[in-house]
Amino acid sequence: MKLLYFAWLREKIGTAEEEISPPETVQTVAELLDWLKNRGENYESALADLSVVRVAVNQNYVKLDSPVASEDEVALFPPVTGG
Amino acid sequence: MIRIQQENFDIGAELEALVKTNHKVGGLCSFVGLVRDMADDETIGAMTLEHYPAMTVKALEKIEAEANQRWPLEASLIIHRYGRLAPGDRIVLVATASAHRKDAFESCEFLIDWLKTEAPFWKLEESKAGSRWVAARESDDQASQRWTETTDVSVKARKT
Repeated sequence: MKLLYFAWLREKIGTAEEEISPPETVQTVAELLDWLKNRGENYESALADLSVVRVAVNQNYVKLDSPVASEDEVALFPPVTGG
Repeated sequence: MIRIQQENFDIGAELEALVKTNHKVGGLCSFVGLVRDMADDETIGAMTLEHYPAMTVKALEKIEAEANQRWPLEASLIIHRYGRLAPGDRIVLVATASAHRKDAFESCEFLIDWLKTEAPFWKLEESKAGSRWVAARESDDQASQRWTETTDVSVKARKT
């Protein structure tokens, strides 16, 4: 699974992208975020308030209960501020 | 038409090119977003726009297609810049052309409202106090939600 981070999530986590292999128990976005939080303090602090975290799977916005699979590209970022 | 680019754009040339060969167009509407020199009483020295290239294209194409479904448009254009910009620099150009002005006005407003809450761009402002990521505004969400009553569900889906 390819993970991408943007804006302050990228800064807090300390990388723009990474390849990860979560265990099979990780089936949804919510489960993925829970698993990520346990990877270190940087993840824990970046994902502490999920109300300011948006998730896209394969470049489409998804909800927390959406499924994720190993071949997906999952992006985590703050609410957008373009325009 | 969608363009995401680092370089500046010529507003007049872009608008002219958009409608040059189509004489069904009776009205052309445009919105230009610029970098301000102030934010929350702080003087802004520069602003850097980060984006998610693969998703930006998808999101903007979707927004443009939605506008074309809702209004009878003869032409539409979204140009959005990324990278480091200075106060006064252009950030975005949205233009819509239609036979009549109402469709052009409405669709132009729709496009910029939706773009602001859907397209994956993030602004980093630089001031003397340091760098700060711009927070999303509630008023932008409200502006965008005005348009959701009819069809699309992506805005609702985003609010997890």
